[in-house]
Formats: sequence, structure tokens, C-alpha cells
Amino acid sequence: MEGDIAQMGQFIGAGLAAIGSGAAAIGVGHVAGNFLAGALRNPSAAAGQTATLFIGIAFAEALGIFSFLVALLLMFAV
Amino acid sequence: MASNTEQTAGQTPKGTKGIGFALIAAAILLFVVGLVGTKDPALSIHPMDQFEIKPAFGGKDLSIFTVTNSAVWNSLAVLAVFALMVVGTRGRAIIPSRVQSIAEMAYGFVYKMVEDVAGKDALGFFPYVFTLFLFIVVTNFLGLIPTSFTPTAQIAVTAVLAMGVFLTVTLVGFAKNGAGFLGLFWVSSAPLPLRPVLAVIEIISYFVRPVSHSIRLAGNVMAGHAVLKVFAGFAGALGAFSVLPIMGVVAIYALEVLVSFIQAYVFTILTCVYLKDALHPSH
Repeated sequence: MEGDIAQMGQFIGAGLAAIGSGAAAIGVGHVAGNFLAGALRNPSAAAGQTATLFIGIAFAEALGIFSFLVALLLMFAV
Repeated sequence: MASNTEQTAGQTPKGTKGIGFALIAAAILLFVVGLVGTKDPALSIHPMDQFEIKPAFGGKDLSIFTVTNSAVWNSLAVLAVFALMVVGTRGRAIIPSRVQSIAEMAYGFVYKMVEDVAGKDALGFFPYVFTLFLFIVVTNFLGLIPTSFTPTAQIAVTAVLAMGVFLTVTLVGFAKNGAGFLGLFWVSSAPLPLRPVLAVIEIISYFVRPVSHSIRLAGNVMAGHAVLKVFAGFAGALGAFSVLPIMGVVAIYALEVLVSFIQAYVFTILTCVYLKDALHPSH
């Protein structure tokens, strides 16, 4: 048990930041699941909305990627 | 009817769930056994080493003129795009050859995307968007070759691409609409007292665009490659029990091929969305 407390803080912080990735996973699943629910009700309208689906997924995912970035910065840059 | 479908639908997930749990339990068991069994229990996995920029042809010192591995793979990607388009358009046959159909498919795919998402008057920007798409998708795919280097995992590379898009969109917006481009931040459909608040939010979100645009691509590619490396490290550490991690690597690799394409698609389609905002800023 040795090391410095700042490094411990880094690791704990990186672990906490990783929670954000899981939250983004929930968001992406929500977008995709709702798209599928709508697409199964009206399959003929689904093809025109795939672009919207990917835009929604991208926006939901961006925030998760931010938390991943925070984790990376804590691990390797600070 | 409803209960019937529910019952039949409830059957299959239970079966697959059981198999999944068994697989995970077996994987954990094998992992623990492998850890105990191997002589050096300290896993030496360095998943971030693959993103290190170093001179491609030996040597240690980096200057502006050093040919780095990033430069090499960037150039290879550009050459590959160039070759695809030159070879693809050389024959111009009515019944296209394989290369020609790939070139035509890519062209039609991006053309339709620009037309659908950004509108017909944005088609002047099609060459730019097409260049971005081809460069990103080819760089991502080249980066999936083992021991190669992925320039799109470097935030420096994607930041340049995203800043290019951001500057283009801002300049085009002001050039086409003048001060009317500021209408993008003034949500005229909202109640009047709310509009200043929304304006602040819109301005912040406008300036976060290049950040999220670049980090989305770099982060996704970097995370995927790091996960591949971690699983490969498991395979190396487990010795005889490395079958499961190797299967995992194969599965994740397939996922990464998908992600490579989807991230290029997302980058391109967001460029189209931003272009649409610049050409038609009214909210």
C-alpha cells in the first residue's frame, strides 16, 4: 500500500467519469429502441427516418464520449 | 392473441439468457484460473501505446519534417481514395466493374445524403462532404489492419476536420444570410421572455459543435481500438485458456468494422445538418 494520494484521486475520478459512458449507453438504447418501436408500427415510414436515428444516436453518444475523454485525461494527461 | 405472442416471445430470451450467463460464468472462471495458472499474474496491457506518434522509418527525434506513422497512414488513405476514384472512373462502362460500382455506390450514397438532409441548394458543397466522408471511412478501415496506425483516433486530426466544417458553416452562413444568420440563435417560435435564455443555450451549443464533432469520431475510434488491445492482452495473459478472449476479439473486430463506417456516416451527416442550418437559419 504505497503511492500518492493524487494518483488515487485520478483513478477514482476516472472510474466515476466512466459512469457517464453507461448513462450514454442508456440514452443510445432509448433512441434506438423507440425508433424500432415506431418502425415496427409503420415500417413504410422507417426507411426515411434512419438519418434522424443516427443523428439522435450521435447526439446522445457525444456526451458519453465527453465523459470517456474526462476519464482519459485523468488517467494520462493530468 | 396478445398473451400468446407474449408467451412465445418470452420463451426465446430466457433460453438465450441462460446460455449467456453460462458463457459469462465460464469466461470469468477461465479468467481466474488463467490468472492463477500463469506465472506472471501482473497483466501488462498498454492499450494506449498504439496511439503514440513516432517516426515511421526509425529514429527517435520528432521535428516538423519528420515522416511520422500518422503521416504515412494519412497519405495511404488519401492515395487509396485517389486510386478508387481514378480506377473507378477510368472505364465508365455501362455495366460497371467492381471498382466502378464501389465508387458509384459511395458517390450515390453521399449525394443522396446531402440532398435529403441539407437540401438541394447545398449540393454545391457535395464535393467537400464527399471528400470528408471518403477520407474518414478509408482512414478508419485502414486503421483496422493489425499493426497499422489510425490517424482518426488522434484528436488533432479530427479537430482539424471539425474546425474546417465549423469555419465553412459559419462563413457560409454569414455570406448567404448576412446578419440574418444570427436568427439561428433567436428562437422565434418560443415565448418572448424565454428567448434570451434560449439564445444563450443556442450560442453555447453552437460553439460546442466542433468539440463534440471532433471528439465523437476520435473517441469512438480510440475506445474501440483500446478495447481490442485490452482483449488481445487477455489472450496473451491466459495462455492455454485464450480461446474465449480470441473469440471476443473477433466479435469486437466485427463491431469495429461497423463502427468505422457508422462514425464516418455520422460525421458526414452532421456536416450536412450544420450546412442546412447555415443555409436556412430560421428556427
